[in-house]
Amino acid sequence: MKFADFMCESAICVDVKATDKIGVIQELVGSLVLAGQFKEEDRDSIVEAIMKREELGSTGIGRGVAVPHTKHSSVESLIGTVGVSAEGVEFDSLDGEKVQLLFLLVSHPDRPGDHLRALENISRQLRDDTFCRFLKQSATADDVSQLLKEADNNQFAS
Amino acid sequence: MSSEIQTKSVIISNEEGLHARPASLFAQMANQFNSRISVVCGEELVDGKSILSILTLGATQGVRLTIRAEGADADLAVKQLSHLVESGFDE
Repeated sequence: MKFADFMCESAICVDVKATDKIGVIQELVGSLVLAGQFKEEDRDSIVEAIMKREELGSTGIGRGVAVPHTKHSSVESLIGTVGVSAEGVEFDSLDGEKVQLLFLLVSHPDRPGDHLRALENISRQLRDDTFCRFLKQSATADDVSQLLKEADNNQFAS
Repeated sequence: MSSEIQTKSVIISNEEGLHARPASLFAQMANQFNSRISVVCGEELVDGKSILSILTLGATQGVRLTIRAEGADADLAVKQLSHLVESGFDE
């Protein structure tokens, strides 16, 4: 699976304002609502579902990266976006580090396989230090889009 | 004894495969051991103490993994980690 298959470019946030978990999830879900991916009335239940998942264990997977996610019946297929925080967000990560890169994913309840393939893709790409560093340094949403495209073209993958 | 190597083959039993939560549980448990721990899936070998590395396997239900531990506590590590996978991560 490629980033282009599930990333909503118009919802990418490179200047995440929130510094805590609930705040950043609200911000990214809000960005997907603005981009027309979710309906306004689903906003709260999506945020709530993602937070509920976080209670089972933080999705902060280390190296300053988190993959907050949930299943929600309002989406037809997997949709996601990227958040970049220069300051870092407290995310209760396993390694205790703040999170600077977030990949928020919402998948359809009947398609758990899509979610797993997206995680596989994200983690494979992030194994490349250059890709990871460049993403964290992105100043504009276009920079992020460009990096995701390059990753899709196997310019980073090991 | 200090370089004891243990391996065990397990099959992923939980329906949703090795997604973020199982990978995180696995890495957390692996980090409690001093042994070097790796997970082999097909031709790939990854660091069993890194969530990110485990996620790169994209291992689905029914996939066979080999857990490999090298070190003084390798025996216990392999026993506990294989139990975690076989129990389906309590999902």
